[in-house]
Amino acid sequence: MSLLELDDVTRTVQIADSDALTILTGVDLEVDAGDRVSIVGRSGSGKSTLLNLLGLLDLPTTGELRWDCVDVRSMRSGHRDRIRGREIGFIFQQFNLLEGRTAMENAVVPLLYADGTSFWRRERIAREMLERVGLGHRLDSLPSSLSGGEQQRVAIARALVRTPRVILADEPTGALDLETGQSVMDLLDEIVAEQGAALVTITHDPAIAARGDRHLRLDSGVLTVDEATAAAAVEQRAVGL
Amino acid sequence: MTRIVTSVVGAIVEAWQEVRVHRGRVLLSLVGVTVAVSALSASVAVTEIAQRAVLEQAESSSGRPFTMSANLTPAGSLSREKTDRAWFETLERFDISYATRVVSDYSPVQFSDGTAETSMVFVDGPYATLHRTRIDEGSWFAVGDADRLAPAIVVNEAFWQRIGSPDLGTHPTVTSSRFGDATLVVIGVYASPSWDTEPGLMMLAESASAILPPGDLDHLSPMYEMWVPPEAGEELMNLVELDLESRLGEGASVEIYRTDYGAYMDDPTAVLRMLTIGIGSVILLLGALGLLNIALVTVRQRIREIGIRRSMGATSSRVFFSVMMESVVATAVAGVVGVMLAVLIVKLPIVEEFLTQGMVADPPAFPMSAAVFGLVAATFVGALAGLIPAIVAVRVKPIDAIRI
Repeated sequence: MSLLELDDVTRTVQIADSDALTILTGVDLEVDAGDRVSIVGRSGSGKSTLLNLLGLLDLPTTGELRWDCVDVRSMRSGHRDRIRGREIGFIFQQFNLLEGRTAMENAVVPLLYADGTSFWRRERIAREMLERVGLGHRLDSLPSSLSGGEQQRVAIARALVRTPRVILADEPTGALDLETGQSVMDLLDEIVAEQGAALVTITHDPAIAARGDRHLRLDSGVLTVDEATAAAAVEQRAVGL
Repeated sequence: MTRIVTSVVGAIVEAWQEVRVHRGRVLLSLVGVTVAVSALSASVAVTEIAQRAVLEQAESSSGRPFTMSANLTPAGSLSREKTDRAWFETLERFDISYATRVVSDYSPVQFSDGTAETSMVFVDGPYATLHRTRIDEGSWFAVGDADRLAPAIVVNEAFWQRIGSPDLGTHPTVTSSRFGDATLVVIGVYASPSWDTEPGLMMLAESASAILPPGDLDHLSPMYEMWVPPEAGEELMNLVELDLESRLGEGASVEIYRTDYGAYMDDPTAVLRMLTIGIGSVILLLGALGLLNIALVTVRQRIREIGIRRSMGATSSRVFFSVMMESVVATAVAGVVGVMLAVLIVKLPIVEEFLTQGMVADPPAFPMSAAVFGLVAATFVGALAGLIPAIVAVRVKPIDAIRI
């Protein structure tokens, strides 16, 4: 049983004074717990649209998008929002931390939408997660005083505080230098493995894509298996061994 | 239930963070609201304090509601003594306890620095209750004071100061040519408006009759006053009039009319109150418009943040509630500051003195109703000003918002 399932999904948008623009065509994808899926594609290939669909931020024009075998179209908007908050963690290229809020306050944000113990113990949970990503000493630091790597680690902590079942990472190292990017990905891989979550990484960086277990390519809205990255990954692992 | 509680608390936490993070912007936008709430609360408070002062002043001069006065003109050669007797018999018949004769006179009193014309009022004991007379020093007339050989008098502040503001325990005395050789003992000082600077005294009518030559008071027209339960006032007025007419006999004239402020209007400060609340409301409306303007601009600047929150699981209703709460939390804080400002202004000694004119015994604390009114108005304005930005925030598409 898949966590997330896209079945022949198409997404079109209406351009003003023009015809409809098809961004995704016939996309099929299954994401299970513990999967590490990497999707590569050039700018404009539909990566972000796919990410929005996977994150239940958008709905397909045709085809079916299922969460836990339930068609998300049948869910009310609030229900989708709650699933997203509880089960899906987002990591963005530009970190998207809230300005003027400390690392701690940023990490707490998803827990403000939780209920029960997670809500009432939000500060403790956020603190522990920040300590886990190595930022225990920067709890009160504002994003403006953090390096890019530190900001992305805050974003990782924020994405993981509710122990989601799916992590969606959109170019997670896009704004970082090579070395920092690798260390951030090492950390992300490690924590995701600990939590048993699925990680879907969308990237244009072959090295980051090679970290996945399944490699997909998005070209002009069509999702296919990326043989080249898969081969590179095998080679990379062999070198690593 | 748990979800509702966490949603509400969470929204308040978010709102407070937002207010704290953007305190500069929030402070600027709330200056108008703070001033407006302050003006509104101060208006309400000033009106209430002034109302109390006006009422106390009105009661002091014309009696509590329902006070009525009687002009009794006897027929022929009927003496004052007989008129008084008819009055007391009527009071006894209708079991009216609070009644007084009021005889006003103006005579010289000998002070240490010379003689001064002094207002003199001869009354009965219940006068103080009927006119809510406040005693600042000493005491009002007690049972037995009418039998004193040296008549007791209660004086106003100006009189007391004229004799050097002595300790009344020392039984200060004065003399007046009006009373021959009699010595008058000051036993109390009654409160009078700050503008009342001429000396004045009150004496029991019984004492005055005892020391003045017989018939001396007959040329002064006494006023007969009584204070009755308002609900029975109208009926009693008619009955008392008929009773007095029958007692005074053929040819006598009995004229009874209501003298307290209730005879003219229900609330002498109603117009003032409506006016001040009206002005305050207009100011508050202007403050709300300023707040709405800034809130709308701010929401447009915060679209990305709203998108991020949506991606973290914020529902549209939560976003609506949070944006609304920001406005409400901010204006509630502005309301508290505004009310505090109003308290400071209204309780300034100079303002308080001006409002009460020295007629309110213990200047009242800042009226709770004014504070509550200010806070409720601020919160209402916050909710109103937050409504439109909240609707705008809900319409934000998270996908587009995050990309901004």
